[in-house]
Amino acid sequence: MSIWEYANPVKFLRASGVVLPWIVAGAAICTVGGLVWGFLTPEDYRQGSTVKIVFLHVPAALMAINAWLMMLVASLIWLIRRHHVSALAAKAAAPVGAVMTLIALITGAIWGQPMWGTWWEWDPRLTSFLVLFLFYLGYMALWEAIEDPDSAADLTGLLCLVGSVFALLSRYAVNFWNQGLHQGASLSVAPGERMSAVYRYPLYVSMLGFFLLFLALVLIRTRTEIRRRRLAALLARENRA
Amino acid sequence: MSLISVRGLAVARGGLRVIEGLDFELGAGQAIVLRGPNGAGKTTLLRCLAGLQPAVTGRIECQSDSIAYAGHADGLKPALTVTENLEFWSAVFGGPDIAPALAAMNLTDLAARPAHALSAGQKRRLGLARLMVTGRPVWLLDEPTVSLDQGSVALFATMLRDHLAQGGAALIATHIDLGLPEAQVLDLAPYRARPGLRQDRPAGFNEAFA
Amino acid sequence: MKALLLRDLRLAVRAGGGFGLSLVFFLILCTLVPFGVGAEGGQLSRIAPGILWVGALLACLLSLDRIFALDHEDGSLDLLATAPLPLEGAVAIKALAHWLTTGLPLVVFAPLLGVLLHLPTAAYPLLVLSLALGTPALSMLGAFGAAITVGLRRGGLLLSLLVLPLYVPTLIFGAEVVRRGAVGADPTTPLVFLAGITLATLALVPFAAAAALRVNLR
Repeated sequence: MSIWEYANPVKFLRASGVVLPWIVAGAAICTVGGLVWGFLTPEDYRQGSTVKIVFLHVPAALMAINAWLMMLVASLIWLIRRHHVSALAAKAAAPVGAVMTLIALITGAIWGQPMWGTWWEWDPRLTSFLVLFLFYLGYMALWEAIEDPDSAADLTGLLCLVGSVFALLSRYAVNFWNQGLHQGASLSVAPGERMSAVYRYPLYVSMLGFFLLFLALVLIRTRTEIRRRRLAALLARENRA
Repeated sequence: MSLISVRGLAVARGGLRVIEGLDFELGAGQAIVLRGPNGAGKTTLLRCLAGLQPAVTGRIECQSDSIAYAGHADGLKPALTVTENLEFWSAVFGGPDIAPALAAMNLTDLAARPAHALSAGQKRRLGLARLMVTGRPVWLLDEPTVSLDQGSVALFATMLRDHLAQGGAALIATHIDLGLPEAQVLDLAPYRARPGLRQDRPAGFNEAFA
Repeated sequence: MKALLLRDLRLAVRAGGGFGLSLVFFLILCTLVPFGVGAEGGQLSRIAPGILWVGALLACLLSLDRIFALDHEDGSLDLLATAPLPLEGAVAIKALAHWLTTGLPLVVFAPLLGVLLHLPTAAYPLLVLSLALGTPALSMLGAFGAAITVGLRRGGLLLSLLVLPLYVPTLIFGAEVVRRGAVGADPTTPLVFLAGITLATLALVPFAAAAALRVNLR
C-alpha cells in the first residue's frame, strides 16, 4: 500500500470523500476560533487595535506561498509520474492560492494605512506578493486557454517550474531593489524578536485553520475537476458511439 | 530486414483512441498505402510514427534518424526562393545536393522564384522535393498528392519508385491511385478502436483517464 | 544550426519580416514619455534609466510571438522536430536570431534615446553594457513563453501575461545598474546578478522551451 495508490482517481475520490467532512469541520472550528480568540486579545502598546489584522494577514500570506509550493510539487509529480490527480490538484490549488495572496495584499494595505500612512508602499514583501499574484494569474489564464487537458497540464506544469525559479529570484531582486518599511517576520525563531504569547497562540490556531481551509478547498476543487473530466470523457464517448 | 516494425500499436487523437492493435512491417523497397475513411486515424498514425506524438501503447521499432515526415503543410517560407527553401532543409539534414531533387519534381525552371509566387501545386511539388534532400530511407507521407495535377502525380510516382529502388520505403496515406501496383494496401478499418472492449486498464480505474 | 540561424535572419530582413519595427516602437515610446511626465530635464534624467529599460523590455515583447508561430503555421516546426537537430538547439538558435534582430539593435540605439531623455553622461557605458547583458535573457524567456503559447489561437496577449512576470528580476537589476551609473555609485553587484540571471536562463530555459514545443506539436 503506497501513497501512489491514490493516484487512481476512483480511490482518491473515495478516500477524500471520507476525510473531507472532518477537514471542513476542523477548518471551520480553527478559523473561527482563531479569529475570535485573536479579536479578544489586548491591544498592542504601539500598534493599538490594528495589530489584530495579523490573525488574517499572516495565515493568508503563509498559505499564499505554500499553495504555490504545493502546485510546484504537484506539477513535478505530474511531469515525472503522469498522475492525473496530481495535475488536477495543482489546477485546483491555483485559484485558492491566488485568493490567499489577494487577502494578504488587501489586509496588508489596510494595516499599512494607519501604520505607515499609506495604502500602498513599494515595500519588498508587498511587492513580491504582488509579483506572486501575477504568477498565479498567468498560471490560471494558461489553464483556461488550452483545450486539451493533458497538454494543459504539461504546459502549466512547465510554467509552474520556470515560474517558481523566477518568483524566488524576484523575491530577492526586490529585496535588493528597495529596503522596506515592513516589520520583520512575525514568527521568528531568533530570541528577543518573538511576539508575545498572548498573540502567538491565537495566531497558531488561525494558521492551522487557514491550512485546513486550504486543504478542504483544494480537495473539493480536485474532486470537482475529476468529475468534470469524467463527464467530458463520457460525453465524448457518447458522441462517438 | 524491415526498416520499421509496429506491434500492437494504439494511438489516440484528442484523448480518444482511434486505432488499436495495429501490426505491420515495412521493409526496404516496400511501399504501403494507408486506406480508411476520414477520422480513421491516418494522420495520427503517421505523426505518431514520426515521433511527434506518443503512442498510447504498443511498440514501434525503427532505426534512429531514419524517418522523413511530410504532413499537410509543406513547411515553406514564402519570403525565400525555391532554392533557398530547399538548401535550408538540405543543410539541416546534412547536405545532399539539391539539384536532383529540383529535377525530379520539375522545379529547375522555378529555382529562383520566391515561394510566395508559386501556385498551390508548385508549392506541393517543392514540399515533396524536400523529401529527397533529407536522405532518409523511410518516408511518411500524409496526402502527398493534394493539389497536384495528373502529370505531377506521375512525376511523384516516378520519384517514389526511384526511392524504393534505392532501398527506401514509404508509408502513404492517400485516396487516389498513385500508379504503384507493387504497393500493398493497409486498410485501417479493422483496427478501429472500439470503446468498452479494453482489458489493458487496471480494474476500477476511472474511464476518463485512459 | 548555422543554416537555421541564417534562415531566420534572412526571413527577418526580407519584406514582411518586421525587422526594425521593435526599434521604431522603442523610439516612439521614448518620445511619448516626456509628453506624459513633462519635459523638465532633472526629472527626465532621474527616470531615464527605468524608462529605457522598460522600453527595451516592451519592444522585445512585441515581436516574441513571431519566434515560433509562423513556423508552426506553415508546418516547418513539425519538420524541424523530426530533423536531426535537437529541438533544444533549435530553440536556442531561434532565440539567438530573435536577439540579433531585436535585442542587439535596441542595445545599439539605446544611447541615442538616452540623449532624448537627458540620461547623465556617466551612465551611457553602463546602459549599453546592462542591455547587452540583459536582453539575451529577455529573448530566451520570450522563446519559452512563445513555445508555451504557440498552439493557441489568441496566444499573443497570454504570452505577454506569462512572460512579463518572468522579466521582473532582469528589469530590476538592469535598471539598477544604469541608475547607479547615473548617480555615480558602484554598479558591480547588480551587474553580476544581471549576468548570472542571463547565463542561467540561457543554460536552462531552452530545455523547458523545447519540452513545451514537444507538447504543443503533439
